[in-house]
Formats: sequence, C-alpha cells, structure tokens
Amino acid sequence: MSTNQEDIQALVRNRTYSAGFVTDVDSETLPPGLNEDVVRAISARKQEPEWLLEFRLKAYRRWLKMSEPKWAHVHYPPIDYQAVSYYSAPKSMKDAPKSLDEVDPKLLETYKKLGIPLKEQEMLAGVQPQVAVDVVFDSVSVGTTFRKKLAEAGVIFCSISEAVREHPELVRKYLGTVVPFGDNFYAALNSAVFTDGSFVFIPRGVRCPMELSTYFRINERNTGQFERTLIVAEEGSHVSYLEGCTAPQRDENQLHAAVVELVALDDAEIKYSTVQNWYPGDENGVGGIYNFVTKRGDCRGPRSKISWTQVETGSAITWKYPSCILRGDDSVGEFYSVALTHHRQQADTGTKMIHIGKRTKSTIVSKGIAAGHGQQAYRGLVRVLPGAEGARNYTQCDSLLIGDKCGAHTFPYTEIRNPSAILEHEATTSKIGEDQLFYARSRGIAEEDAVSMIVNGFCKDVFKELPMEFAVEAQKLLSVSLEGSVG
Amino acid sequence: MLEIKNLHARIENKDILKGVDLRLGAGEVHAIMGPNGSGKSTLSKLLAGHEDYTITEGSVSFLGEDLLELAPELRAAKGIFLGFQYPVEIPGVSNMVFLKAALNAQRKARGEKELDAGDFLAWVKHRVKQMQMNPAMLSRGVNEGFSGGEKKRNEILQMLVLEPKLMVLDETDSGLDIDALKVVADGINLMRSKERSVLLVTHYQRLLDYVKPDFVHVLAGGRIVKSGGPELALELEEKGYGWIQQAA
Repeated sequence: MSTNQEDIQALVRNRTYSAGFVTDVDSETLPPGLNEDVVRAISARKQEPEWLLEFRLKAYRRWLKMSEPKWAHVHYPPIDYQAVSYYSAPKSMKDAPKSLDEVDPKLLETYKKLGIPLKEQEMLAGVQPQVAVDVVFDSVSVGTTFRKKLAEAGVIFCSISEAVREHPELVRKYLGTVVPFGDNFYAALNSAVFTDGSFVFIPRGVRCPMELSTYFRINERNTGQFERTLIVAEEGSHVSYLEGCTAPQRDENQLHAAVVELVALDDAEIKYSTVQNWYPGDENGVGGIYNFVTKRGDCRGPRSKISWTQVETGSAITWKYPSCILRGDDSVGEFYSVALTHHRQQADTGTKMIHIGKRTKSTIVSKGIAAGHGQQAYRGLVRVLPGAEGARNYTQCDSLLIGDKCGAHTFPYTEIRNPSAILEHEATTSKIGEDQLFYARSRGIAEEDAVSMIVNGFCKDVFKELPMEFAVEAQKLLSVSLEGSVG
Repeated sequence: MLEIKNLHARIENKDILKGVDLRLGAGEVHAIMGPNGSGKSTLSKLLAGHEDYTITEGSVSFLGEDLLELAPELRAAKGIFLGFQYPVEIPGVSNMVFLKAALNAQRKARGEKELDAGDFLAWVKHRVKQMQMNPAMLSRGVNEGFSGGEKKRNEILQMLVLEPKLMVLDETDSGLDIDALKVVADGINLMRSKERSVLLVTHYQRLLDYVKPDFVHVLAGGRIVKSGGPELALELEEKGYGWIQQAA
C-alpha cells in the first residue's frame, strides 16, 4: 500500500458516523415461526397503514405457495423457516458480549488488520454499548448537518419505516413496482416480513450533494436480516449510494434476504455500490451468513442509467443478481462485480439485463476469485425483447483460481428476440500463475503479498468503478480475505 | 561473492545440471554461453530460487551464506536479481506499484527504512530517464502489452531501481534491436562496480561487445566444459560450439 493510500485509509477511518435514523428500540421479540398473525404483528408494531399490511399479507400468501429455488450452484442444509424469529427488536442485550474480551479473537485480529478503531470494532462485534450510540459516535450534530444539507437539496433519505410514516404516497407509488411481492421465494418472504431498510428520493433535476454512505455502518446492525431499500431518482436527478462495510460483520441471524429496488426516471442516474462482508463462516464452513438478495433497478425513463458495483467477500452462501430493466429508450445498465470465495464459501452471483427500450446498452464485468475450497459461479442473463431495436451488450466474465480445490463456473444465458442486437461476450478462467508468483517473489515480494497484488490487479476494472475511499478499502479487504490461500 | 560447487539439478526426473562449478568474485563480469538445452536458463532460475528444480547434489554459497536454503524473496533482499528471458505480465498491477512494493519489501527485509511515495517517485523517474523510457510506462500494468524489447528494457529498469549485488541476466539481449541493445548494455554498465558482479547468459557475442566480460564459460551437457577470457567468446562466434562439445 502506498503512503497515499494509507493516508486515505486514515481519513476514511476517522470520519464520523451519523446516527441518521436509528430506529426506536422495542424490547419485544416475537417467538419463532411465521404465520399471518406474525405478519400482522410486525405491521401493527410499526403502526403501518392498511395498504402496507395488505402488501405484506399478499406476499405472505404467495410465499406459502412457493418453494426455494434450487437451480443455484450452492449447497446448504435445509432452512427451517419456522425456526426463525421474524421480529426481533434490536438484539437482546443480555446475550450480547459484554466487552471485546468475549469476542472471537480471530474476528478481532481481522479488525486489527483492517485498521478499524476500537469503538467501531465493538459495534461490529455486537458488544453491548456502554453508552448511547449517538454519544459514542458524536454523531447527532454531524447527522443534523447532513440532514440539513440533504433537506435543502430536497433529498429525502430516511429509514423505510420513517418514509412509510412521513411520505406514504411516495412509498406506496413505488414499493414493489420493481421487485413485485411475489417475484421469487426470498423476495416474497422479505415483502411479508421486512422490518427496516432505507428510502431515498431525489427530486427532479437534483444532483444529490453527497455520497449516501455515511449512515450505514451504524444502521445496519438492526436491519441486516430482512432489509428493504427503495431508491427513486426523478427526472434528470443523480445519486450515488453506498452500502455495506469492509469489516466482517457478525449477526446472530444466519438467514438474510434483502430486497433493493431502484427506479430511475427520464435522464436520471443511480449508482449503487456494495461492499458485502458478512461473516463467511470458519475454515471448515461452520457458521456464516446465508445471503439471498434480490436487487433490481428499473430504468423507467429514456436515457436513464443504473450502475451496480459490488464487492462480495463475505457470507457462507451468496445468491445475488443485481439486475437492470432497460425500459426507457437509450437507457444504460451496468454491472461490475468482484466476488471472492475462500475456505468453504459458495457464491452464485451475476446479473440480468433486460433490454426493452430502443438502443439500450448494457455492460457486465464480472471477476470471480476462488481460493481454498471456495465455489464460485457467474450466472448472467441478457434478454433482448422484440422492441429493443439496436440493443447492445458487452459481457466480460473472468475467473481466477487459487489452488486446486476450488471451482469456478460460468452460466451465461442469452435470449435475443431482435435481430439488430449486438452482443459481445468474453470469458476467461485462469489459475494464478506460478510464473507470475515467481516473478514477483524474485523481486523481493513475499508470496502472500504477491497473491494479493495479482488478485487486485485482476479486479482493477471493477475497483475503478467504486468511489475512491471504498476502492482502497476493498483492496485491503481482498488481501485480508485471501490470507492463508497459498503456501 | 558467488560460489557454485558440483551442482546437480533435475526437473521431472530429467537431469539438467550435472556438476557445475563456478566462482564469481566481487566486481567481476562472467558470461555463460552454450548451445540450446545446455542448462543455462536452469542455472539462472535456480540461483533466483525457482522451485521446480530439485537439487540432488552440490552447494551454492552467496556472500558466505547457503543460498539454497533461502526463499526467492529473501534471495532478492540479499541482493540477487534475475533478468528474465521471458518477463512475465501482471495485468492491472502498475509498474510503479510493483516496483515500490518490491523495493520496500527488500529494504524492510534488510532492516532499512522504506521509501515514502515522494522519494520513491523521484528515484524511479531518475532511473526511467537513464533507460530512455517514457515515464507513462510506470502507470501501465507490469509488462502488460509490452513488446519483447520493452519487456527486456523494463527488466533492466527494475534492476537499476533495486540495485542488486549479483545480476543474473538470462538472454537479456535476445529480441533486441541494436539501439535497444545499447540502452540495455548501458544500463548494465551503469551498475558495474567493485561491489557488484554480473552473470550474463547469452548466445551471442554482440552483447559482449558492449559489456566486456572478465571471464567466459561454456556450459554444455549440464557442465562447464571450457572457461577462458573474452577471446573465448570471439572464438565461439567464429567456430560455433561443435568443437568444444567434441573436445569435451
């Protein structure tokens, strides 16, 4: 790492966190199990309007008739959905570790390597806070400043629960219009039981004055399990949104099923970046989060653009296909992905680009890295509908294998129903070269450093799409995640 | 500086080196010549620590230390540099990042202070200028899309930046046009000093016109079959290797 990068690192680490919207703590937790009463109870507890309860109930009834998708290239024991508690107020504090001394030392070591401050380590590890969160992060004032700045621009950025209360007409207009309540098994489950998430609304012609990222490390502790995010960019607006965190996050809930919906109207642009580093389980595959995510963006207006960038290094199972519906003429969809699986991790990830409008364009760049016993699959669909005159797609998916016990698989699907479409597809699978390693080592670079250098080089096309401070963190994260992959 | 004694090495059950003896004193330039398949590249890679070879007999000491015990990165830190016959591409990793990581890793291993970004930049730019290269190459990937000649020139640049004690150059002259050959030779000469030694592996006399060797050795059939002064190279140029192999 160059000194420059270290400086940036320090800057990133020192930024203060905003309380933004920490939801009210309700001490009650519903008993495990899912039925209509549970759905009603969640809705009632959140004092939701009738239409939202209806939405939840419809989703629940649909979910009952659905079954888990089995087509992904992942293997895990069956999940007992009746054993999950669907409304837990933020962690019951009596179970939380009292101090970092009670936290898995391995996790602490990783935090140390990533240079995460002590206070933040405590938060990430779920340590019972000694003082109120907003005091720890000295964030009330910062939050207020940010909120003021956003409000001046007319941007709404709040929790989805708050949005339901404060801006019900907006939520009702857009919720479930990109990912319908019965879209798939996990999306239906999420629609029935989601507890929180974020809402962003950028009004016509507004360029959001800041990257919407600062809030998240703090907020996610309560909303990780069934998160629901909705971002609406009105005509000619622009927003860049970052979620996630490079530090490995612990969560008692093994099952995660988030839904993210993006709507871009005419000439609007949404850039959505993710760094996902949920607990991946140990070397033997014990523990770890099952991450079943539905992310979809709708380029509803002409010349709109939605760009997904993701760095997926965490979770035991990743099932995730951030997609774009290119409805508006001349709209643009992009997907840049780095997915890394080490030890026993499994990832089945990719994208769908649905070309509906004329001259729609999509770009897919996927970089998969497998080490240890990691399994890695790219699964992508490019569909060109009859009306999508002059549609174009460029797909590049590369896999890099480290060692001989891991696997990489590519499942590209195309459905072309307009003869004017132009598609390009490039795919490579390579093993990390012995000759590259020897070359770097012969110059004095130790083997592990050489591996992470080569891997970071491999991912460069994706990292350059990330906001800079995230790119630096992502590089470091890859290095830490790859430790022990050679030798 | 370097002492190779009765070195035997094999790869995949094939004996390549069958008893190499060689001594390099500090400040000396030795050239190793020989027909294809005689073990020249094997010897070069082995000195840098390539792990594909099994050493069945013999020893190599470098500055009084058992070299064969050391991992490649430690050999580099001790001062061994291998100029590759076929330099490797590392896409997406810029020459700048690569060189800085290499230099600072070596300095760290030696207990020296690492260079900060500013000092490193000044140093590397100085060397780039000496090699008559375009500084823009520093932000390109390591050897990524470089021509054969550019790759060789980049090897010498790395050598100038890292300032090793023993420079093993494996056919650095092959694939170079005459102008590039001069630049490369100038780079090597720039590094010559009383404390540094050079081992030039080459097929041709022409590099030796620019980098004058003190000793010339002929490697054939896995052994050094003849040694002499610079005149031996001229003789080989004229007569080829056949007469030596027959004599041996």
